[in-house]
Amino acid sequence: MQSVACRGLIRRFLPQKEPVSSWTTSTARLFLAGARTASTAAQPSKQVDVEEKTDVIFTNQHFEIRNLARKLIDSEINPHVDKWEAEGQFPGHAVFKKFGEAGLLGLNRDEAYGGMGLDFSYNIAFAEELGYIDAGGVVSAFGVQTDMATPAFAKYGSHELKKQYLEPAIRGEMVACVGVSEVEAGSDVANTKTHAVRKGGDFIINGHKMWITNGAQADWICLVCNTEADKPKHLSKSHILVPMKSPGVTVAKKISKMGNRSSDTAQIFFEDVKVPQTNLIGEAGMGFIYQMEQFQEERLWCAASALIGMDRIIKSTAEYCAERKAFGSAVLNNQIIYFTLAELQTEVEALRALTYRAVANYTQGDDVTLLASMCKLKAGRLARIVADKCLQFWGGMGYSEEVLISRYFRDTRCLSIAGGTDEIMLHIIAKYMGISPEKAKKK
Amino acid sequence: MSLRVLVGVKRVVDYAVKVRVRPDHKWVVTDGVKHSMNPFDEIAVEEAVRLKEKKIVSEIVAVSCGPPQSQETLRTALAMGADKAIHVEVPAKDAELLSPIHVAGIIAKIAKDEKIDLVILGKQAIDDDSNQTGQMVAGLLNWPQATFASEIVQADGGLKVTREIDGGLEVIQVKLPAVITTDLRLNQPRYATLPNIMKAKKKPIDKKSPADLGVDTKPRLEVVSVDEPPVRQAGAKVANVEELVQKLKEAGRI
Ligand SMILES: Cc1cc2nc3c(=O)[nH]c(=O)nc-3n(C[C@H](O)[C@H](O)[C@H](O)COP(=O)(O)OP(=O)(O)OC[C@H]3O[C@@H](n4cnc5c(N)ncnc54)[C@H](O)[C@@H]3O)c2cc1C
Repeated sequence: MQSVACRGLIRRFLPQKEPVSSWTTSTARLFLAGARTASTAAQPSKQVDVEEKTDVIFTNQHFEIRNLARKLIDSEINPHVDKWEAEGQFPGHAVFKKFGEAGLLGLNRDEAYGGMGLDFSYNIAFAEELGYIDAGGVVSAFGVQTDMATPAFAKYGSHELKKQYLEPAIRGEMVACVGVSEVEAGSDVANTKTHAVRKGGDFIINGHKMWITNGAQADWICLVCNTEADKPKHLSKSHILVPMKSPGVTVAKKISKMGNRSSDTAQIFFEDVKVPQTNLIGEAGMGFIYQMEQFQEERLWCAASALIGMDRIIKSTAEYCAERKAFGSAVLNNQIIYFTLAELQTEVEALRALTYRAVANYTQGDDVTLLASMCKLKAGRLARIVADKCLQFWGGMGYSEEVLISRYFRDTRCLSIAGGTDEIMLHIIAKYMGISPEKAKKK
Repeated sequence: MSLRVLVGVKRVVDYAVKVRVRPDHKWVVTDGVKHSMNPFDEIAVEEAVRLKEKKIVSEIVAVSCGPPQSQETLRTALAMGADKAIHVEVPAKDAELLSPIHVAGIIAKIAKDEKIDLVILGKQAIDDDSNQTGQMVAGLLNWPQATFASEIVQADGGLKVTREIDGGLEVIQVKLPAVITTDLRLNQPRYATLPNIMKAKKKPIDKKSPADLGVDTKPRLEVVSVDEPPVRQAGAKVANVEELVQKLKEAGRI
């Protein structure tokens, strides 16, 4: 019984992948499933001790939720992401079901629809924790489900429609997607052409959408669609909830991408698709405005979800460089390397502070379009810099598929494009600063 | 059956934390380190909840002996499905010196006070690995015990428990009241879901001290020294099989 008597301590003191006895290995496997996966690059950093922890916008309860999310990430996601990346798709229904059951997919949604009735800062806490997922594709799928396809729907949708589609999305039984971009118009949202005409009690929808995250497995799409042909293009659009199984909806293809491979990104065609007019979300003609409003949450979410990924990459790079020797010393000992990492971490903290401030203002009811655009811009740019500079310090290893940094490099590149490009963020910021030719409309 | 179950839940340094020996060599560093429920206790709570779902159990009382933060552990037990909780508060400094006989005394007393039919404890805590508390509780109460359980089913007015023993399984029948300790393969504990975490905040936690229960927690053991295990020696590369065989012979391994 000697080896049995102190196995807990043995297990703890041991270097990670060192089996001592079959007992310890099997225990380790059961216990550590997920927490310690084969991930070679970024090791999960230690979970916060919820007992005391708070941080600006986050209370103890936020950290409790983050820890719950983290447990699920470590056990239900990270052990499988390599497979999902290879397959080019993660199982949205199975994964969302687990998170929905845990209560994480409707943190700021009304309890009447299965939400937790908390405020938006809780969604941000969850978004930040999602940074522990080892693949950006899965992270983005969550974002679409909780903070991109649903904000306007939750706010303006009818009770019946929400019972039918929002509640199952919060429970994780339905996968949602949001359709804004088209082949001919991505940045230029007002110029999207998909349209619907009224016929009897229905809308008849024609057109297509491009780059739709979750598009290949979604149960419904929150579709931005022209319904008011006689109005100017900013006032001609509406949000319509379209079940993806409706006749006439065709998922044309899953786009093959350089990164976010575990996320299905689809092109979708709509050919005489009939949905009842009661599937209209809020008021007709308000679609563009709802979308701009909804972008605030989407963009804050994007920034928050990028933070921990950056922390982890910087940390794992420092660890790798501390072990890697060149010219008789650890490469980390070169000032260019540790200074760079120190500076990057400083920038990450600055972004974190900006994000928390924007979220704090938003939860107290302010319009934070300006700050949210700054967060999104900075997150996209910084993630690219972090990925690029850190990858460099890994040398040839960084260019291999063996380590997470190469996937991180590919995945984060998207952050400056999807959800509004850097250039569009700059347009908004300049407009609000009153320094661009198109002045911001006074609120 | 409508059993009242007591489950013991200990707050320990989280299994994923790499522990460090404290400079005074009396214990490991616990300040600022993530703690969570002892994994074997999670299994105990899960089993109690499953028995309740099967209507074999009517009420689950979670008990934790330890510092004020043990309440967090109790909240987790409540969120997993325990009905009420008792915190036997022991200041952090003393909690370190609490040993199985003290905890067993406390649990045995509460088991009597609460008219408990079944005590389910983890077979051991992953911090001190004592593996004694369950056995001592059974001794103090003079109840039958079924340790290292990997399956519990209702049978013949009592419980049929499968035990993990060296090289196999043993099935025993115990009469109630009884004490069971859990082994790793008994079940896969559930997550406390968010709605349940919220609800757990409203469930009662009763606070007591060992003195209230008439248990003397004066230390009976002295920790002489806690040390890291010896560092593993670096390996060496060999060029070919011949060299390998030769080295093994030199080392007296073959
Ligand atoms: C992985 C991924 C997932 C996505 N998921 C979704 C989704 O779920 N739903 C959805 O609706 N869309 C989604 N998108 C689409 C995304 O929102 C668009 O790609 C993005 O808004 C840019 O549009 P675009 O690709 O048409 O680029 P374009 O608009 O063609 O832009 C091309 C370039 O021109 C620049 N540019 C455009 N206008 C200006 C200007 N006025 N001033 C300066 N520069 C300008 C852009 O910044 C960009 O650099 C996704 C995209 C990707 C890559």
